[in-house]
Amino acid sequence: MNLAVLRQTWLGNVRGDLLAGMVVAFALIPEAIAFSIIAGVDPAVGLYASFAICVVIAFAGGRPGMISAATGAMALVMVVLVREHGLQYLLAATVLTGVLQIIAGYLKLGVLMRFVSRSVVTGFVNALAILIFMAQLPELTNVGWQTYAMVAAGLAIIYLLPRLTRAVPSPLIAIIVLTALAMVMGMDLRTVGDMGELPSTLPMFLLPDIPLNLETLLIILPYSATLAVVGLLESLMTATIVDDLTDTPSDKNRECKGQGLSNIVAGFMGGMAGCAMIGQSVINVKSGGRGRLSTLSAGLLLLFMIVALGPWVAQIPMAALVAVMIMVSIGTFNWASIRNLREHPKSSSFVMLATVVVTVATHDLAKGVFTGVLLSGIFFAQKVARIVAVRSAEVDDGRGREYVVLGQIFFASADAFVNSFDFKEAVEHVRIDVSRAHFWDVSAVAALDKAILKFRREGTTVEVIGLNEASATMVDKFGVHDKPGALDRLLSH
Amino acid sequence: MTKVLACIDASIYGLSVCDHAAWAARLLAADVELLHVLDRAPDAVATDMSGSIGLGAHEHLLDNLTRLDEERGRLRMERGRALLEGAEARLRSEGLTVETRLRHGGLVDNVTELEGDTRLVVLGKRGEAADFAKLHLGGSVEQVVRSTTRPVLVASRAFKPIRRILLAYDGGASSRKAIDFLLTDPAFKAFDVHVVMAGTARAENEAHMAWAESRLKAWGGAYTLALRAGAPETIISDYVKAAEIDLLAMGAYGHSPVRRFIVGSTTTAMIRTCLVPVLLFR
Repeated sequence: MNLAVLRQTWLGNVRGDLLAGMVVAFALIPEAIAFSIIAGVDPAVGLYASFAICVVIAFAGGRPGMISAATGAMALVMVVLVREHGLQYLLAATVLTGVLQIIAGYLKLGVLMRFVSRSVVTGFVNALAILIFMAQLPELTNVGWQTYAMVAAGLAIIYLLPRLTRAVPSPLIAIIVLTALAMVMGMDLRTVGDMGELPSTLPMFLLPDIPLNLETLLIILPYSATLAVVGLLESLMTATIVDDLTDTPSDKNRECKGQGLSNIVAGFMGGMAGCAMIGQSVINVKSGGRGRLSTLSAGLLLLFMIVALGPWVAQIPMAALVAVMIMVSIGTFNWASIRNLREHPKSSSFVMLATVVVTVATHDLAKGVFTGVLLSGIFFAQKVARIVAVRSAEVDDGRGREYVVLGQIFFASADAFVNSFDFKEAVEHVRIDVSRAHFWDVSAVAALDKAILKFRREGTTVEVIGLNEASATMVDKFGVHDKPGALDRLLSH
Repeated sequence: MTKVLACIDASIYGLSVCDHAAWAARLLAADVELLHVLDRAPDAVATDMSGSIGLGAHEHLLDNLTRLDEERGRLRMERGRALLEGAEARLRSEGLTVETRLRHGGLVDNVTELEGDTRLVVLGKRGEAADFAKLHLGGSVEQVVRSTTRPVLVASRAFKPIRRILLAYDGGASSRKAIDFLLTDPAFKAFDVHVVMAGTARAENEAHMAWAESRLKAWGGAYTLALRAGAPETIISDYVKAAEIDLLAMGAYGHSPVRRFIVGSTTTAMIRTCLVPVLLFR
């Protein structure tokens, strides 16, 4: 380990890191509680998770200055598991998620992120914002006018206070003011205390209370796999955002392993699975946080506050949390993407919208991203398939014809390639010049074979010239036309 | 053509580095490559503790941070260019061939990238920010010495004509390398070379001394050879003062960073206490 790098990432920006860590810790409390409520567990589970993940990732993560904790994306995945099997299975699933993520880190799966296009990332972020907003709706339906007034007042404080002063976190002020107001006026509002148990002690090491058998594994594995994928996706995406913001590089594979380790620790401390948070990381960078110290101080301060302020936290009205979460959802949404819908190519916009629609419909970010990646791949293949041109010219006074093939021949362009030959024309010999074409796969080779065999059955002599090195190896490996019994084998398919 | 790579910054050592580089370039019949590295210090960001994120939070933040860095970057670049031009003019007036390079990033990375046909790296004892702490050594010196394979000349505060060279010898591989460097280049025959070893007259030390003496005899220049008992730091720095040495040459950083962290480094102590330029070999 390079001492200079170590010193730079830990002590390069002490004052800024400590201040930003404080702001983040304040902002984490309402979010951790809100995400626990989304997942259907006690607020203590989210708070312990946020503490454990924040502290572990400060040391083990690959992106200094990025904030990881209990998140909405992960909470949304675990809802059904918690509802059907309970908290203990969630803790076990969290540990397994960590193990899977560490494996992904060692297999260097972080590089797979390059197949996740920008449109898919935008769709992921937008879907996440919509889901976080939708998760607040139960708190806003069938309630009295006081709740609406409180949420409105909360949003007003959050967005208007920074115009007066930027020295204090406005979401924190909103929560303090609204809690005081509710207590003084004795309003009958749902509070955080009504949602479940709050932490009163330091988190302790405990083993999840589940039977260790195959049945348990089969229950938690699908959830763990999804959690691992979603967690790594959001973490690596956030890491890229922080890379851009701070103009410094990060170690993506180390981040995968760090996320895994922090989830394992969280699971054994009674916390839910988490990952990097886009909103909090932006807040951290905005407040001047750059190094690992910001993440560590955020985690430690969070633990101190939840243990010291436990009884007060219970008094926070849910309406105040809803206001904070609406801010998070607004801040997470990529608003420029709406304007870009018209400017960007239709296929990109379609990929983005499909990612959003599938995610919101299934409440599963992994399925949304999978759809997006699949569609981007198909659209890309379709675009590249258009880069095919076949030119032809008569030779030997109409007795022969020469075809010149240009472009990329693969599964998506194979049909167009075959159709561009004129098999009706009666010529003695045909020359196919593929020196400026690329044959990518067996479909391309099969298409060329098919064209050649069709010409041969019309009694035409076919000569293929200029197979360049790449295409030649493909044809030698997969082709059938120059081997005995070629016709039979093609027809047998 | 070989080069002397001179790393300059805006500290008072900048001019001294130029002069030392000029001396070395004439001595080695080399060109001078002037390097100024724009090391981007962690930037102080306008404090915004509001903790609120509005519409398009991260796009706006990216815009703001980029604008801030852009302005600072331009200023740093202008300043760096002016610095290099000043140094270039100074060296050209002495009739040397000079090339300038303005680079981003860390000093260490840039030096290792550029060391290809470099014969010698020259840098100042302290950097821009460190002048206030007297006798405190800049952090870059050790990092550069540890990472580059070339000898490093650490310039003192002001250049003085060099007549007497002291070679602090401990028999180790890097100080033998130092002797070879000095003795293979005929230019060094013009100097009065002192080779001093700190240690008692044990058989092992005698063997080292014999090796050095054989080299020096074969070389044929004026030399003094001495073995003195005591701690290297005090022996060498006393000798420097007593014999009016103008340049100290020595092997450097023979131990691991971990050991240095615990017991400290002889090299660092010598660079700090001997107020003459130091030529380091690793």
